[in-house]
Amino acid sequence: MQIQVNGEMLQVQDDITLTGLISQLELGDKRIAIELNLEIIPRSEHAEAVLKEADRVEIVHAIGGG
Amino acid sequence: MSHQNDPLIIAGQSYNSRLLIGTGKYKNLEETRIAIEASGAEIVTVAVRRTNIGQNPDEPNLLDIITPDKYTILPNTAGCFNAEDAVRTCKLARELMNGHDLVKLEVLGDQKTLYPNVVDTIKAADKLVQDGFKVMVYTSDDPIVAQELESLGCVAIMPLGSMIGSGLGILNPHNINVIMEDAKVPVLVDAGVGTASEAAVAMEMGCDAVLMNSAIAGARNPVLMASAMRKAIEAGREAFLAGRMPRKRYASASSPMDGTIIG
Repeated sequence: MQIQVNGEMLQVQDDITLTGLISQLELGDKRIAIELNLEIIPRSEHAEAVLKEADRVEIVHAIGGG
Repeated sequence: MSHQNDPLIIAGQSYNSRLLIGTGKYKNLEETRIAIEASGAEIVTVAVRRTNIGQNPDEPNLLDIITPDKYTILPNTAGCFNAEDAVRTCKLARELMNGHDLVKLEVLGDQKTLYPNVVDTIKAADKLVQDGFKVMVYTSDDPIVAQELESLGCVAIMPLGSMIGSGLGILNPHNINVIMEDAKVPVLVDAGVGTASEAAVAMEMGCDAVLMNSAIAGARNPVLMASAMRKAIEAGREAFLAGRMPRKRYASASSPMDGTIIG
């Protein structure tokens, strides 16, 4: 199925969880935060969060800023 | 009184340093790290941005260098031009920081001036305070807006000295003075400071602290400027506490006139 990650379309397997997505994107050891369809999904709930077609995921991290 | 027993208190937390610095515009993470160390800052701002998908998976992360056990990380909402985006960014930041809820709210008006959009700043501040955030708010030097933001529950009011990244110093010290007279929460000059003397001026006026980024990162030698800023902030604070001599229109001799060999 197709989902949107950070504004880009991405092909993922059906019923993938956020944990699965993080591992597919090789972000497993990064300090990131995730929003799914405008809702924050806490780290503790990534394993249970199952994605569906056309979901919109935002993955962010901290960078230099003032 | 030295600065050691004169802490800055923000949202109940006590800090020795009255210099807060940003982490943007540095050459690399190593320069960022050394400059922050030289500045003595304990509160360090960061921006929240989309993670690059599939690019540079081994790229070092800022928070691996500037670690939350050593510094108070202050996520900002830079780049947000409306209240909704700023609130979303703060929620992502809180998740990113494991529930730590101190944020720097800035809602900007346009790219050219990066001047605060105070209407949406007020809307966002209200939502964020209701949601339990401790909001340090970047705003214009308008005393009425500052009062409104304080009454909504912001934990620090941060008027600009001049436009972000301009290095023009404090253009309207009188407004900053009026804001400080009325505020019961810390007032920080955020944006505009260009060099050490301007940081000292802010502190001599009685500002509680100064937040800066470009003045350090944009200096020819950022690490040396970070050290200069540390001293300027301390000197300015001590001068404020010491209380300056009154200004006079004419000379007043420092050496006694009695006993001179003349006449």
